[in-house]
Amino acid sequence: MTNPETPARAVEWPVPRAAAPRLARRLNLGDLIFRALTAGLALLIIAVLASILVVLIYESSVSIRTFGWGFLRSSAWDPVFKEFGALPFIYGTLVSSFLALLQAVPLSIGTALFLSELSPRWLRAPVSFLVELLATIPSVIFGLWGIFFLIPWVRSYLNPTLAATLGFLPFFQGPNYGVGMLTASMILAIMVVPYVTSVTYEVFAAVPSVQREAALALGATKWEMVRLAVLPYGRTGIIGAVMLGLGRAIGETMAVTMVIGNRAEISASLFAPGATMASVIANEFNEATYELYVQALVEIGLVLLIVTVIINALARLLVWSVAGPDANTRRG
Amino acid sequence: MTTVSTRRRVVNVVAQAGAVACTVVVLVPLVLIFGYLLLKGCSSLSWSFFTQLPKPVGEVGGGMANAIVGTLTLVGLACSLGLPVGVLAGVFLGEYGGGRVAWVVRFCADVLAGVPSIVIGIYAYTLVVLPMHGFSAYAGGFALAVIMLPIVARTTEEMVKLVPSTLREASLALGVPTWRTTLWVVVRTARGGIITGIMLSVARVAGETAPLLFTAFGNQFWHQGLTGPISSLPVQIYTYAISPFDDWHRQAWAGALVLLLLVFLTSLAVRVVTRGQVRSVV
Amino acid sequence: MKTRTSWRATLGAILSLALAGTAHAQLQLNGAGATFPYPIYSKWFNEYIKVDPAVRFNYQSIGSGGGIKQISEQTVDFGATDGPMSDEQLHAAPAPLLHFPTVLGAAVLTYNLQGVQTGLKFTPEAIAGIFLGKITKWNDAALTAANPGVSLPPSDIVLVHRSDGSGTSYIFTDYLSKVSKDWNNKVGKGTAVSWPVGLGGKGNEGVTGLVKQTPNSIGYVELIYALSNELPFGDVKNEAGTFVKPSLESVTAAAAGAVQSMPDDFRVSITNAPGADAYPISSFTWLLVYEKQKDPAKGKKLVEFIKWMLHDGQQYTAALHYAPLPKEVVAKEDQALRKITTADGKPLAE
Repeated sequence: MTNPETPARAVEWPVPRAAAPRLARRLNLGDLIFRALTAGLALLIIAVLASILVVLIYESSVSIRTFGWGFLRSSAWDPVFKEFGALPFIYGTLVSSFLALLQAVPLSIGTALFLSELSPRWLRAPVSFLVELLATIPSVIFGLWGIFFLIPWVRSYLNPTLAATLGFLPFFQGPNYGVGMLTASMILAIMVVPYVTSVTYEVFAAVPSVQREAALALGATKWEMVRLAVLPYGRTGIIGAVMLGLGRAIGETMAVTMVIGNRAEISASLFAPGATMASVIANEFNEATYELYVQALVEIGLVLLIVTVIINALARLLVWSVAGPDANTRRG
Repeated sequence: MTTVSTRRRVVNVVAQAGAVACTVVVLVPLVLIFGYLLLKGCSSLSWSFFTQLPKPVGEVGGGMANAIVGTLTLVGLACSLGLPVGVLAGVFLGEYGGGRVAWVVRFCADVLAGVPSIVIGIYAYTLVVLPMHGFSAYAGGFALAVIMLPIVARTTEEMVKLVPSTLREASLALGVPTWRTTLWVVVRTARGGIITGIMLSVARVAGETAPLLFTAFGNQFWHQGLTGPISSLPVQIYTYAISPFDDWHRQAWAGALVLLLLVFLTSLAVRVVTRGQVRSVV
Repeated sequence: MKTRTSWRATLGAILSLALAGTAHAQLQLNGAGATFPYPIYSKWFNEYIKVDPAVRFNYQSIGSGGGIKQISEQTVDFGATDGPMSDEQLHAAPAPLLHFPTVLGAAVLTYNLQGVQTGLKFTPEAIAGIFLGKITKWNDAALTAANPGVSLPPSDIVLVHRSDGSGTSYIFTDYLSKVSKDWNNKVGKGTAVSWPVGLGGKGNEGVTGLVKQTPNSIGYVELIYALSNELPFGDVKNEAGTFVKPSLESVTAAAAGAVQSMPDDFRVSITNAPGADAYPISSFTWLLVYEKQKDPAKGKKLVEFIKWMLHDGQQYTAALHYAPLPKEVVAKEDQALRKITTADGKPLAE
């Protein structure tokens, strides 16, 4: 940034010699204060994150002591008999997110490929903007649209069709409510697509054009060039993008709560209602009437936090390894 | 020159068509959602919607005036808490960001940006609502500020880094102290970008519902100062959406349309102003 | 410079909007809880503005569990619940809490069946069977036996229960615990239970919404929710053996027996009440108020409201199909109001 021969602090030279000592002291003080102030506020970010962890651990300590590791294995959720277990919610979160990724990732990679390789230059900006607009839609609006548009459509058309064609699989059996795991995963997929697309696009853009040209020079068609040069190079980054999408899907609350059916149960069928860690907290936190109940919910929040942190951390590292730490992976 | 076999050509065309198809499929929900909102919400947008308070349960009419003002209030509070910290932290990361401390701060900011907003709701409930013995706009504003903080910090860092070092050096060469250089030259130059970062975080935070459920709570009337519960657009939309009353559904659509327009227009403005430099995703 | 002035102006506008509320100078009391009586509370709080323009009651219907929790944590000024607080819950509260019954209501079974617009007849065994997951089809013998003239479809029953902490759930599970030993052993009663089957809806509003939108569904909601959404609801066979339609009269009949033996703290269950005309899934609903009010101004307004509610407020109940409080209960509550005092013991009621 600065020329080593003229370090940033060497500003005394235009100052009259007589005033130099006083000015030097004043400059140091101002710099010191400013640097301390901004550094302090920056450290506040670390403090906020740490305090979130501390608060959650403290507020779930009774539950942690009572249930131990069994909390993660137990599928009981019985406020009357005071048995709490997080397994149905962990299951619901993982299944809905996994299904969402299953739908979103191929679409995202396809879209990112279109944007980086196929699209004419003038189309690139508008299309990528439109894809990003999807990311800005608030979750509650997805939920609203889900209730009145998606659920009736899934109940009337999608589920019966799936049951008729693939009904021999346990995933597509059982009563058809409209609300349920499948609908939740579809909404999550729509919400996750812009994130995975945007980062994957970044990753593809980071592929050096030399790689592309080499493939083309060897006589590859456009698709073969992508398959040989772009995709393998960006593989780590794509995984990172997928994990970012996963991190987003896991923490999603409102849209899921509005379409998943709110039932703490593990079921093989995708038509069945379920619940996620985030949705059970949203539904029951304000109304948990005794301490153990509240603490169990906070413990679920803690599990959610830890899982999200780990996934996001891994994702950032993966993406940074391909596209560099300054990639657009954190805005918005 | 060898000719390309038919099989390879077909695969090539199919693959490219597939990519185009993916893009179309991805954009379909956007059109559906926006179109559906316009269809259902437009007719309900009236003067009374913007100026009246909600009516008692089951009665037809009323509006979301307090929810709209509530959202503006909460966002304003969040900004007053989150912006000073975020911008200055971002300046630190951008200007003095080489060391290990800065790396940790950066990492924590990214992790904080990924924390589910419902967890932040629990956090704000414990730290603000319980000690204050009440739901309040402050609690809601605090939760939103925590969500806003990492976004503003990282975007500010980005924008500050973009300022060419020649500007810095010129200022320093003229004898301006370092801290003054940072504030009056660097930040001022980057202010357009910083403002767009702020606008992005505002758009994001205006649509948050989950943390407000436990903090701002909700209010059918005008809020009484900032130490009491306050209504907000997303929470009101949620309450109306899951209810059985058709009139409430109608208002939910209208409210959603207002919220969506607010968010869309902000994103569009950011895109236009920065000429596509700043992305609003992730 | 131009940018800075315009930012200042915007900031100023937002700040003034934010503080605009304070300019109204009203006292605002915040309450939270039951969705069961939300329609009548919402009407009362709206009407009370005319009675006392200087106060506003902000009530958030988040479920009885929420009412109990928030009043126990002292984040609201009053709570509301249809499931009376247990001794354990009262113990856990930081200070003594009083229950004040406000109205009587009925939890009805509402359903969405194509072609069935009339009231189906439900026996206790049928209801328990459906909610335990044992009866899964609409044309099950238990239902067809009680409804000879109606053609019930062979479709699956889609059950809707509450996903949040609910007094309506408490009333319903309290009833089921009384009529079904199986239910009592397996599930029990509470504001939040482990439901054997079904979808969860948030609040009476959410359950009604789900039933309205989901074909072949059945759920339990307060009577007014079914009525105002034009959903059919069923008659339930009571202890005396009659199929009773939920209504103002049948709910009042259910309370008749309990009135004589009303305990001093007003916590009483009237589900499965004796009497030929009694609707078996009826209940009182209560306001939760601290005996010692920390804020004397708010405490006074609260006491005044409760007094109004006990006398003038009861005239609004009939239109919303809630049953008014029996005279004896009102008299007893008037007495109980004297228990509410300021922090130093001065009674707030005149």
